[in-house]
Amino acid sequence: MNASLVLQWVIKSIIIILVLTGGFAYVTLYERKVLARMQVRIGPNRAGPAGLLQPIADAFKLIFKETFTPAKADKWIYPLAPLLTVIPALIITAVIPWGPPVTIGGKTFTLSLADINTGALYLLTVTSISVYGVTLAGWSSNNKYSMLGGLRATAQMISYELALGMSYLGPILLAGSLSITSIVNSQQHLWNVVLQPIGAIIYMIASIAEVNRSPFDMPEAEQELTAGYLTEYASMKFAMFYMAEYIKMIAVSMIGASLFLGGFWGPGVASIPWLGPIYLFIKVALLLFGFIWIRATLPRIRYDRLMSFGWKVLFPLSVLNVMITAGVILLVGG
Amino acid sequence: MREIQEFSLDELKHLLSPRALTGETVVLNMGPQHPSTHGVLRLILELDGETIINCIPDIGYLHTGIEKNMESKTYTKAEVMTDRMDYLFTVGNNLAYCLAVEKLIGLPVPPRADAIRVILTELGRIQSHLVWIGTSALDLGAMSVFLYSMREREMVMDIYELVSGQRMMTTYIRPGGVWRDVPSQFNELVQRFVDIMPKRIDEYESLLTHNSLFLERTQNIGKIDVPTCLNWNVSGPTLRAAGLAHDVRKANPYCGIEQYDFDIPTQTQGDVYSRYLVRVAEMRESLKIVKQALDKLPMGPSRTYNPKFIPPPRSEIGISMESLIHHFKLWTEGFAPPAGSVYTAVESPRGELGVFLESDGGTKPYRVHYRTPSIPLISAFSVITPGHMIADMVSIISSIDLVLGDADR
Repeated sequence: MNASLVLQWVIKSIIIILVLTGGFAYVTLYERKVLARMQVRIGPNRAGPAGLLQPIADAFKLIFKETFTPAKADKWIYPLAPLLTVIPALIITAVIPWGPPVTIGGKTFTLSLADINTGALYLLTVTSISVYGVTLAGWSSNNKYSMLGGLRATAQMISYELALGMSYLGPILLAGSLSITSIVNSQQHLWNVVLQPIGAIIYMIASIAEVNRSPFDMPEAEQELTAGYLTEYASMKFAMFYMAEYIKMIAVSMIGASLFLGGFWGPGVASIPWLGPIYLFIKVALLLFGFIWIRATLPRIRYDRLMSFGWKVLFPLSVLNVMITAGVILLVGG
Repeated sequence: MREIQEFSLDELKHLLSPRALTGETVVLNMGPQHPSTHGVLRLILELDGETIINCIPDIGYLHTGIEKNMESKTYTKAEVMTDRMDYLFTVGNNLAYCLAVEKLIGLPVPPRADAIRVILTELGRIQSHLVWIGTSALDLGAMSVFLYSMREREMVMDIYELVSGQRMMTTYIRPGGVWRDVPSQFNELVQRFVDIMPKRIDEYESLLTHNSLFLERTQNIGKIDVPTCLNWNVSGPTLRAAGLAHDVRKANPYCGIEQYDFDIPTQTQGDVYSRYLVRVAEMRESLKIVKQALDKLPMGPSRTYNPKFIPPPRSEIGISMESLIHHFKLWTEGFAPPAGSVYTAVESPRGELGVFLESDGGTKPYRVHYRTPSIPLISAFSVITPGHMIADMVSIISSIDLVLGDADR
């Protein structure tokens, strides 16, 4: 391991973190603008031209708010829970390639932080960690509503996580590798969504549950649990949960794009590698639009219904999908 | 550090199950500050996991003392307070009060005023149902419907502003008719609303009526049957959704509403979804009434001429000494209806809204009592909700469509 490699990693990490935090800020604006358009409103348009500085104004507001800790909250876990949620969200995308290798000044660089051969497993494990943050936040706030929110988060995670894992298996089987870069490269000519439509749909549904978005936003159901596990959080601690949610939205969109929508591949990427990140960006933006659209349209599902939906519909369907995929690959010799 | 006061279970123990005292079940205080209690309703829930075992509604957080206050005001001034009770059906509150005063005095109402009253109260019903459909969808997490319904509600508010200068607290309906005749743009504005609205109701229905997530959240939730409704004095859409076609507009018509052709929508299930269907159908029926009333809006005076009770027109005050005296007497002392007591009722979007008015012959009411539909609805929570989950609690509260201003007077 030489110094230039370490420097490369540091630079790539900084870029990823900056892109994700900046992306988080503008996804909030994107969501508010799109929701507003769908709901015959205008949306934020006061801070900066066309409201473009709104996220910055929000950030300033949240930073300067009082950091309040409820008297009976747990001294250690209460401040730790937001960190436990936000850090996994920031490191999820490390294994996702942003584009094909590029050449700068005669040297070839890969556009991903790490191309580990167990990338898919890494994604599954890291995305599941953040539920600990949510559960512990609910428990440590010492508030009954938060507690119910935290419990709902655990119950919810158990019911979607299996189907989510199963939906990864289709692309993995097709690529014959757990490495996300190999999975993306296997889709250079044909996207997995064509070969794995059921897997793609299961992934999309499970990923909405993964990021606690409407209609699966039971842990923070505002109308029932007064924002659930978030109830007792304010200022930057709240902002960290918020950040985790939106960064995870970006992350699951990137994973979805990589697993099913050909990642960075698109017309002309083979000759001009720098188009890769642009294609990825467009795909992520479209998937995010889907998340927002669903939020604007659908009512919230009840959490026991989500559990029965996860166990009785999504899980058997995903198992069936994996078995059929494996069988076809075995027969065709894929 | 000062210890935080937990609320004491001892004072509630006759209302909770014995398991609450051992800590086996959780007692959760829902409200008065809670996003889905539609105002300041407090519900004490006893929970086993997320399942509700007991629900104790607690009201009084919005108590305004309006009924008592009305006793110290003249009949004219007291009417202004009625607007502030059911803030979603302000014209209806005015109407119920004015009907009572008219009945007490025996004051006739010109046909034009009756038609205007019908148009405004039916618009009020649509407006209240719009708020209900928006907030109940919002409580279930479907946020867009709320903003769509608010867009249409604005049109009704514009009509109110046009006729009275006020968007909500209109006090436009007065004893003996209405404050003034409607402006010339009134017909056009109402006509536009009547034309647009059916399409907009279709729009809400396309988002909700056949949405399987919405069906899952509403069907077989919060069931109530007709005997329970009658025992608990529940009226309005909640009763009609259970299957009894009782409507004050048909049973005890007011303002000549019997001359219009409309139906009373009913359902049989008595669950949240039935209440939804009944209210959506009611919006369409109200539109039918408004359309008919607007089409044959009779010409003529909009307020009875009777200077003993109704201020004479401004044009007369300058030329007639008598009118000036009447005007002065009416605005200082007020008018004095004969002694006696009356009860009148109108159909509010929530049920039967009745007024009991007693006069001792003075210029101030001796006693005004509003029989509001929200109180029985709130008390019925304790029989509807046990066995449901917290998430259902929210949909039940919103389907009942309570207004706390209506409950606490």
